[in-house]
Amino acid sequence: MRPRFLVLLSLVAWLAAPAAGHATPAAAPPPDIARALAALAGEDADKREAAVAVLGRTRDPKWLRFLAALREGSVYSRTRGGKTEIVVGGSKSTRGDQDVIEIAAAYDRAPLGAVPLAALKEVPADRRLRLAVKPFLDADETRAQLADPDPAVRRGAAVKLGNQAEAGAVAMVEEALFKEPDRWARHALAEALALIRLAHGAPDVRVGAARALGELHSASAVPALQRLAADAAASPAEREAAVLAIRRIERWGLLTAAVETGFQGASLASILLLMALGLAIVFGLMGVINMAHGELMALGAYATFVVQNWFRAAWPAWFDAYFLVALPVSFLVAGAVGLGLERGVIRFLYGRPLETLLLTWGASLIIQQGLRLWFGAANVDVSAPAWLSGGVPVMAGLTLPYNRVFIIALAAVSVAATYWLLFRTSAGLRIRAVTQNRAMSACLGVRAGVVDATTFAFGAGLAGLAGCALTQIGNVGPSLGQNYIVDSFMVVVTGGVGKLAGTILAAAGLGGLTKGIEPALGAVFGKVAILVGVILFLQRRPAGLFAARGRNAEA
Amino acid sequence: MVEYSRRGFIKGGLAAGAVLGAGLGFPHVLPAQDKGPIKIGVLHSLSGTMAISEVSLRDVVLMAVEEINAKGGVLGRKIQPVVVDPASNWDLFAEKAKQLLLQEKVAVVFGCWTSVSRKSVLPVFENNNGLLFYPVQYEGEECSRNVFYTGATPNQQLIPGAEYLMSKEGGGYKKFYLLGTDYVFPRTANKILRAFLRAKGVPADNIAEEYTPFNHQDYQTIVGKIKRFASGGGACVLSTINGDSNVPFYKEFGNQGLRSENAPIMAYSVAEDELRGMDTSALVGHLAAWNYFQSVETANNKKFVQAFKAYAKKANLPGGDKRVTDDPMEAAYFGVYIWKQAVEKAKSFEVDAVRKAVYGQTFAAPSGTIKMHEYNHHTYRPVLIGEILKDGQFKIVTRTKGLVEPEPWSKYTSPDKGCDWVKQKGTYQKKA
Amino acid sequence: MPRRETVALGIAAVGLAVVLPVCNALPAGSPLAVSNFTLNLFGKFLTYAILALGLDLLWGYAGVLSLGHGVFFGLGAYAMGMHLMLEIGAKSVYQSALPDFMVWNQVKALPLFWRPFHSVPFTLAAIVLVPALFGLAFGYLAFRSRIRGVYFAIITQALALSAWLVFNRNEMKLGGTNGLADFKTIFGYPLNQPGTQRALYVVTALTLVAAYALCRWITLTRAGKVLVAIRDSETRVLFSGYSPAAYKLFVFVVSAALAGVAGALYAPQVGIITPAKIGVLPSIEMVVWVAAGGRGTLYGAVIGAFGVNWIQSWLTTSYPDLWLLFLGGLFMGAVLFFPDGIVGALGRLAARARRLTGGPTDRARLDAALLSPAAPGPARPPGSEP
Repeated sequence: MRPRFLVLLSLVAWLAAPAAGHATPAAAPPPDIARALAALAGEDADKREAAVAVLGRTRDPKWLRFLAALREGSVYSRTRGGKTEIVVGGSKSTRGDQDVIEIAAAYDRAPLGAVPLAALKEVPADRRLRLAVKPFLDADETRAQLADPDPAVRRGAAVKLGNQAEAGAVAMVEEALFKEPDRWARHALAEALALIRLAHGAPDVRVGAARALGELHSASAVPALQRLAADAAASPAEREAAVLAIRRIERWGLLTAAVETGFQGASLASILLLMALGLAIVFGLMGVINMAHGELMALGAYATFVVQNWFRAAWPAWFDAYFLVALPVSFLVAGAVGLGLERGVIRFLYGRPLETLLLTWGASLIIQQGLRLWFGAANVDVSAPAWLSGGVPVMAGLTLPYNRVFIIALAAVSVAATYWLLFRTSAGLRIRAVTQNRAMSACLGVRAGVVDATTFAFGAGLAGLAGCALTQIGNVGPSLGQNYIVDSFMVVVTGGVGKLAGTILAAAGLGGLTKGIEPALGAVFGKVAILVGVILFLQRRPAGLFAARGRNAEA
Repeated sequence: MVEYSRRGFIKGGLAAGAVLGAGLGFPHVLPAQDKGPIKIGVLHSLSGTMAISEVSLRDVVLMAVEEINAKGGVLGRKIQPVVVDPASNWDLFAEKAKQLLLQEKVAVVFGCWTSVSRKSVLPVFENNNGLLFYPVQYEGEECSRNVFYTGATPNQQLIPGAEYLMSKEGGGYKKFYLLGTDYVFPRTANKILRAFLRAKGVPADNIAEEYTPFNHQDYQTIVGKIKRFASGGGACVLSTINGDSNVPFYKEFGNQGLRSENAPIMAYSVAEDELRGMDTSALVGHLAAWNYFQSVETANNKKFVQAFKAYAKKANLPGGDKRVTDDPMEAAYFGVYIWKQAVEKAKSFEVDAVRKAVYGQTFAAPSGTIKMHEYNHHTYRPVLIGEILKDGQFKIVTRTKGLVEPEPWSKYTSPDKGCDWVKQKGTYQKKA
Repeated sequence: MPRRETVALGIAAVGLAVVLPVCNALPAGSPLAVSNFTLNLFGKFLTYAILALGLDLLWGYAGVLSLGHGVFFGLGAYAMGMHLMLEIGAKSVYQSALPDFMVWNQVKALPLFWRPFHSVPFTLAAIVLVPALFGLAFGYLAFRSRIRGVYFAIITQALALSAWLVFNRNEMKLGGTNGLADFKTIFGYPLNQPGTQRALYVVTALTLVAAYALCRWITLTRAGKVLVAIRDSETRVLFSGYSPAAYKLFVFVVSAALAGVAGALYAPQVGIITPAKIGVLPSIEMVVWVAAGGRGTLYGAVIGAFGVNWIQSWLTTSYPDLWLLFLGGLFMGAVLFFPDGIVGALGRLAARARRLTGGPTDRARLDAALLSPAAPGPARPPGSEP
């Protein structure tokens, strides 16, 4: 197998070399290849298919690359000096009133200059031809993937080999397994190997394979094992091993499902918490029913989009860092808009919560349509930075996506920061004082207006932060906020207005419960059940989990 | 506060007075004119949830109008588009349709995206003998005298997509997960797909069906289910997930370790214009079936794409020359031209005359020459299957040789029904 | 009812229910003609006004803000819609006795709960009773445990969201997202005839007048006074020996029934009812009509429902791209500059005019005083009371 990798390496090196630099004229191809090329340009479908096989069996990376070009339909034939020549087409352009195309030689891609498109005849890549090409390219592609520096890609290739379970792949998998440093890629390779052996091995090999699959907790082996367990032609030892393995895998499946549900619940809870935290401050502490909260989230998401584009244009090398910059920027943008809203209009309405509803509803319409006019009605594309794509495998059959792990962490940090701000700083003290008794605080020299403005801006900023985080799991569009606003209100109310601890507990409870019952009831009725549950819960505790007590309670 | 209110009150009062005054002038009836511009209606949501898709259709219709006007209009009259915003509000669709037909007296309306909006305006067009060009692929099973459907019927999109995945070339997939948003198109589509797959010998156990609500964002549970379904290989997803939900779905799909090589998704509702707003890295390698892609290589398409980019830039539309074209946009665009040709053939703007002139009309559309059906109000179109590329475009992996005849009534679910407005009166029972 | 108001109501009733339809019957060329389109549009607005009356009774008088009235509107509209769907019979696209959506949903037989809707009396009763009973059940649970203020507002929002989710499901056999549409006849009369539409309009206008009279009567009774007292201080009412829950429940049920009737009149005039009319956003819009018109005055609610929708209808045609900016600005401006809505603003304008001309001002001041407390209300930010 080694030489194949060397070939691959040389291919990579060759690909990396300047394309047009030092091309040497190709020697005349061997006669069978020449015949195959001639057949490709012909009309006879059988001969064309045979020609692909001839080229593919050479296992020459250059011919494989030619086959790839053939599949994409960028192979042409031209007649020059009475002889038919096969060339590969490159980039097209318009020169004057005719379309021209860069062409290169079929084998080594030596550039042959630009010729008018009209002088070439496309070698059609019909279904049958593409069908013939596919196995040659697939084998090559998988081999390349097994040597990829990214363990996730190697893992993917191993999974594919396992699913195909072709006997010929054993040597390749064994070798890859021998060299594989990454634990989870090794796991996938071992699984693939056992799957292949289960499909093709002798009876005793199959017993071993079944046992190995059981130890690996391979969920993808269950159908094959079930077939083996029910196979009357198999030996009792084989069937017993298969049954044992299935039992083992299924037990493990229950465990992974439980852990997965727990994680999904935590993930949903953290999203709810991020969204509701800002609302809890604005609604809970200040009594403003902020219908524009969702739009502030949208602003945070669009700020992330703008920062991303900025990085893409100015510092493409640092692209992955854009998200770290976008977090504070989205906080500041939403906070600034919140500040403007508060100073501009909301401050006239303190003490009239139901009117703030109407006012912020108007504001939300304006922000929404403003975003639509400025950025367009369609969603915009926010790419995940590389360090938030993919996931970390934690156990066989369970991968935790990085983006969700990150959001859980972000929610935890935001909560901690909010707590610190409210309960450990003098600014927080003033906020709590104004919340409890505005007139008295003002008498004692607290500038209530300033406190209102900063509190509102902080709440709005948290909304922006939530919007920034949401870009990593959902779409960014002008009506982003409306998808989340009711959920946020529900969390705040269930927790108890004005109680941060309640908000946290309610987010955790609602998130966990939703994910807990979703498998049984489905997404929609699960959500309906949760909403009905909230309504009934408020029956028992009309002021939420953590009701305000004492003299404040009858507000 | 009091002083402030009083001053504000006078100012506001004046403003409100102006608004009301202008409002009172609203139910005016314009006299019909014979030589002036001819009015057409554009009925696409510019706000609300559907704006994400429909704004581009408005843009492309206005571009077609501008092109036609630049060449002298229709029958010597300029076209004057009347754009209204039904705001993704289904009852507002009906109201606006009435307004366009009865008050503005438009000759034709280009509009609607969702089936529910079409169903909502259908009685309005039928009662008032209006004419609607509907540009989106849909579930079929409809045959209205007053509507021309320029998008695909199920047999022009759904079945070729499934056929491709079943073929050796497509990967020879044997298990199918039918996943859709819960509304009429996916429901009907999956009904047809299921009947088709069963007819092709796929056992019922190998077909799963699931629906999520509109704007569903959390696909963790469903992708988990797909993963279990796909364990063992040979499984693919046929997706009729609509709009907003696609990004979270594909992201979750990738994040849970499913890949297009092992379990490809064939999407029936994801086109270039939606991909523009998505991080496509998670979607690369997955498939979509349509009747047009921006990457179609015809001279007409090149012209169309360039013209649209130039138009978007000139009209200062958001996105400018980064805008893309897609299947519904192409259908909306050639709809305007089909209407123009029909008017010229009929030498009249009168609905019944134009309707008859539309039958069999051909047009050199960006996707190639298309043809209006001779009697069933739908459109002959080619079928293409494309693979999603990183830049949000599609690599066309296969296309039908010629045009595929539209079948509003699928032969797999309604073999006994047909649609004919020439020899019959719309939907009719076929004789056994 | 004061005599002046009775006269005004009478004039409005004649104008709406007689003059407009007569103008509509005039030939199209005449200067006073009202087109079918306009009449139909007004009919729709009037159904909104009926709903707004009930909502105002609840919010403006009893101080209970419901963000879920779209549900009651939808229940009434669906009840009517179900009857209309059954009336279509085999004239539908699929030529089946079942409603169209059931055919593509592979429902083979008419579900049991659809069957009674064949009957006209049952349908008419259901239009009032289904929303009323649902409101009774929900209100009983909510008011019994003294859920109030923003808590009540938010749980009604939860109600709207869950109802929207449920009605969107095709499993409910209510047409899913597409709802019920393509009605052909109402009680045997073809819906596409202008005459039928005119009759529907007249019925709607008369219903509005009756609903107004009912609500006005409620506010004038002792119960109405208790409602206002509850709004201003529920605790004091409680301590005075009244049961606020019972009064609130009563007015909640009345407003739910009015919303149901409004919905039932809406469905045949607009020709479609979908879950989109039930959700969170339409429910908030309904509250906005009341707030913009003037909360706490019944005619304010009517004017608000009519005015906001008219402006929206006009803006969506004249400024399809910018109308949301205008509408949003209008709401913000209304709250800031006319906290008691259009009606309150006009009242103050009148008072000012009278003061300027040296006319009697006591009455005006009294009016203003009566009107304005409706707006600020008793609510404070939670926890702000010393």
